[in-house]
Amino acid sequence: MNIISVLILFPLLAAITILLVRNDGIRNNIVRICALITMLLTLYVVSIYFKSGVSLSFSNEHVIDSVMISIEILMAAYVIYVGIKNKCYLVSIFAAIQTPLITWFELTQKHGIEVNSAIVFDKLSAIMVLVVGVIGSLICLYAVGYFKWYHTVHKEYKERKYFFFAVMFVFLSAMLGLVLSNNLTWIYFCWEVTSLCSFLLIGYTQTKEAIKNSVLALVINVGGGLAFCVAIVMIGINYKTLELSTLISLKPEIMVLIPVFLLSIAALTKSAQLPFSSWLLGAMVAPTPSSALLHSATMVKAGVYLLIRLAPLLGQTSVGKIVTLIGGFTFLASSLMAISQRDAKKVLAYSTIANLGLIVTCASVGTPESIWAAILLVVFHSISKSLLFLSVGSAEHQIGNRIVDNMNVLMHVSRKLSIYMLIGIAGMFLAPFGMLISKWAAMKAFIDSKNIVIVIILVYGSAATLFYWAKWMGKLVTNANVKEESKKKFYFDEELPIFLQAVLVVIACLTFPLISKYALVPYLTVLFGNSIVPIDASDINIMLIMLGMLLLLPIAFMPIRKNDKRRIVPIYMAGENTGDNESFYSIAGTTRKAEVKNWYMEDYFGSAKLTYWCNLSAIIIMCVGVILLIGGLA
Amino acid sequence: MMILKIILIIIITPIIGGLLAGMDRVISARLQGRHGPSVFQPFYDVLKLLQKETIEVNTYHRFYIYASLLFIILTVIVLLTGGDILLGIFILTVGSILFVLGGYASNSPYNTIGSERELLSMMAYEPMVLLTGVGLYYANKSFFIKDIISTKVPAIVFLPGIFLGLIYILTFKLRKSPFDLSMSHHGHQEIVKGLTTEYSGRDLAIIEVTHWYETIIALTLVFLFIATSSTGSRIIGVFVCLLAYLFEILVDNGFARVKWQLALKSTWLVTGVLGSINLIVLSFFR
Amino acid sequence: MNYVTKSPWILHYDGTSCNGCDIEVLACLTPLYDVERFGLINTGDPKHADILLITGSVNEQNMPVVKQLYDQMPNPKVVVAVGICAATGGIFADCYNVKGGVDKVLPVDVYVPGCAARPESIIDGVVKALGILDEKQKAMNLKKS
Repeated sequence: MNIISVLILFPLLAAITILLVRNDGIRNNIVRICALITMLLTLYVVSIYFKSGVSLSFSNEHVIDSVMISIEILMAAYVIYVGIKNKCYLVSIFAAIQTPLITWFELTQKHGIEVNSAIVFDKLSAIMVLVVGVIGSLICLYAVGYFKWYHTVHKEYKERKYFFFAVMFVFLSAMLGLVLSNNLTWIYFCWEVTSLCSFLLIGYTQTKEAIKNSVLALVINVGGGLAFCVAIVMIGINYKTLELSTLISLKPEIMVLIPVFLLSIAALTKSAQLPFSSWLLGAMVAPTPSSALLHSATMVKAGVYLLIRLAPLLGQTSVGKIVTLIGGFTFLASSLMAISQRDAKKVLAYSTIANLGLIVTCASVGTPESIWAAILLVVFHSISKSLLFLSVGSAEHQIGNRIVDNMNVLMHVSRKLSIYMLIGIAGMFLAPFGMLISKWAAMKAFIDSKNIVIVIILVYGSAATLFYWAKWMGKLVTNANVKEESKKKFYFDEELPIFLQAVLVVIACLTFPLISKYALVPYLTVLFGNSIVPIDASDINIMLIMLGMLLLLPIAFMPIRKNDKRRIVPIYMAGENTGDNESFYSIAGTTRKAEVKNWYMEDYFGSAKLTYWCNLSAIIIMCVGVILLIGGLA
Repeated sequence: MMILKIILIIIITPIIGGLLAGMDRVISARLQGRHGPSVFQPFYDVLKLLQKETIEVNTYHRFYIYASLLFIILTVIVLLTGGDILLGIFILTVGSILFVLGGYASNSPYNTIGSERELLSMMAYEPMVLLTGVGLYYANKSFFIKDIISTKVPAIVFLPGIFLGLIYILTFKLRKSPFDLSMSHHGHQEIVKGLTTEYSGRDLAIIEVTHWYETIIALTLVFLFIATSSTGSRIIGVFVCLLAYLFEILVDNGFARVKWQLALKSTWLVTGVLGSINLIVLSFFR
Repeated sequence: MNYVTKSPWILHYDGTSCNGCDIEVLACLTPLYDVERFGLINTGDPKHADILLITGSVNEQNMPVVKQLYDQMPNPKVVVAVGICAATGGIFADCYNVKGGVDKVLPVDVYVPGCAARPESIIDGVVKALGILDEKQKAMNLKKS
């Protein structure tokens, strides 16, 4: 059995084992070991196949297909039941249409179709597998520490930790299958499994809000799955192929563009672009490990991964233009709405949607430069965002809530955690870290391909991004005093993944020229015949100097700080400082506390008002896309 | 050779920046019918501050001022040695963010308000600054300043709209009315001492010197629109920079500070309109 | 060479003043008297200031405030009491709600009498204060080395 199959199936095995073990201590160790094995398998697979890639086909593929169809029928039955139980009949209808459709297709039309390589491992697969395998394993490890305190703090939630861990590993398995498969029906199967995992994890706490949001996620994702299904049937019938690689090499004529449009819709629902963003925002009620794994680092990347694969068929076609516009618009709208969010996880959610919008835009512009930027964005965003989610999860434990304004005490309560969080935030928008490099390359790619409107959108979105991240950083460096010293334990299982991811942020920034040279440029050369690197070598040297400065300056400051003999004075409060640097003497001899909260500008960027208009605009853009396609048909 | 150039840049830039600041005060005074200080007054100010006792609120917040200065110096070096203009803008952003973080690090209400307003100002002018870099690339096919100033035609011919937009946001960068929301030169009261409220002595001197560097950076952006390979155009470029600076002094004295809503809205509107029209029209010719 | 005399920055504080002296202080900034030609700037932040210019007397409420402002000024610093109320309490010296002149709280370096003190006197007083500032700076430099 090929090692790649082992990689895909091992997390499944781990999930079954975890499901059966109810003892916390033993199960935690199993999770730790399985996470470690998954990571090692990932690294091993990438190391042996990275250089020359591999395509696999299986002798027993029809058996695998039959197993998949059976599982899909069971999943559909469950989804229909969930829809009826929660009075969301739309999802039942979606499931009731797509599963019979794909089953019919499987049983009747598929016989004439040859699948040459069911699994393809190229440079892009290597990057995705690394992201899923390494980051995913670290998040599973983090979950061990997270759940040590989660249920003691939230006593009102029913405890089903075995279920949570099992679904996390099932998800890892499905995600690895998704990025490694070349057979569209296999990708579709893994796609639907991830939708179901997302539903199960969001609804973990079984509160009314959680159930509502999990059903919302389900209906949007299953709707995308329906579009996927129809696309597969169209491609299979018209072009007699089921392979993604073959699809990409077809000419962009109308009967190819319609399934590509449907696949794009599936990708847009999975990656929570406008108008389908509401599920990702609602998914923030889930425990933090699932937010980190599914809703920032990996599952939502499945959608943009599909778009990156489809990039040659997007580009200047009508479908490509519409997807570009949706991606760009989402980036701008979400960046603006993130300004008005007070809940840290909501800020992260809007930021995720925005960055996914940027990746969508890069992928669908379709030039070598923009895809270079898109893939780098995927890598850097996964690392930084999952670091931030994990940090916020632990911070929630340390300070008791996850409001950004209250994180001004975090430096005092848990210095290491605030430093990791600062690294994560810096990694999201500051030079010389990866996200900025990718945004820079994206800007260059857009202007080179004359996408003026997208360039303008990008500069405004970048400005908004700067604002909401910098004010969060400000809260973290404030180092306000804490009155009662009740230190909560920062478990090693929590700290190790966070620390490793912070290291990864720095290392990825240092080594991005290598990633570009050994992975991205070869991939793009195969795809386009030529490739240029958008960032000049002299720039890379200066960025290394910057990174050096950012790392060394704080360290160099420490001895200066220790020998600081300056006179300490109270902060300026017009002379009325009571002496504790927090309160001042007010009228009639009373004492008042001075509180400064961040700026949220809800009148301008509040999500309540903006969401409605943004969704409406996005729907209009999509309708224009449909009209263009129909026009092409006629 | 390069090392010598860099050292000269590091030393001469703040001297010119300081002289410009002095000229600002003299011209403003004359406009107000006063005599005004000497043109070397900013240097006397900095030297005095260096001799004063430096007091602080905690042992951390001065780190950000020093770090910010180092990054601003790196920006000046990158820009004045003909480097990548977008990279220069990004390094400047890092320096500015570090300065803003210094405001938060003292946990003082006035400093924090100053930091938030500084972030608002950055959000307001960032699109235009990025569009300047993008526009210059679009017109000259290169992000590198040494290429941009070696063309035959000055960039302003292709980018008049963006040039006007740049002049509009120059008011933010030079910290002048009506857009001096976070740290004004002329408003000497607390909220608008904003970001610098808790600093004194040596730290304040460093902030002043940082601002001199920033003035030169802002004027360099203006210079790029005029300069070509001929020396005559470069002299005209310097002259245009001085003209722009004089214009900013006039605007400073003529307008009162506006509320943040007007600052943000008007800047984004100007950026959007001028930037889009300019780039779209340019795309027909490129 | 000491530069503190070439760039003295002022913190202007109003104790219980009737604002008469304050108006005269602000008049110094106007084109007629123009103290900025000496490099004088009216800053509102004690941490930036060299000279604390106080008008009006001190009472129970503003004594801690004045003290705190003075403590928040970096050395070398001087205090200039402008107007007779700041010097001794003026005609209000015996009132129940006035503690007296500024020197009840702070070490005053220069007294500028008058009610209201004229801009010429104020400038004269500030120039005297500059001389004292210079000496304090010299003493500070000596102590440092």
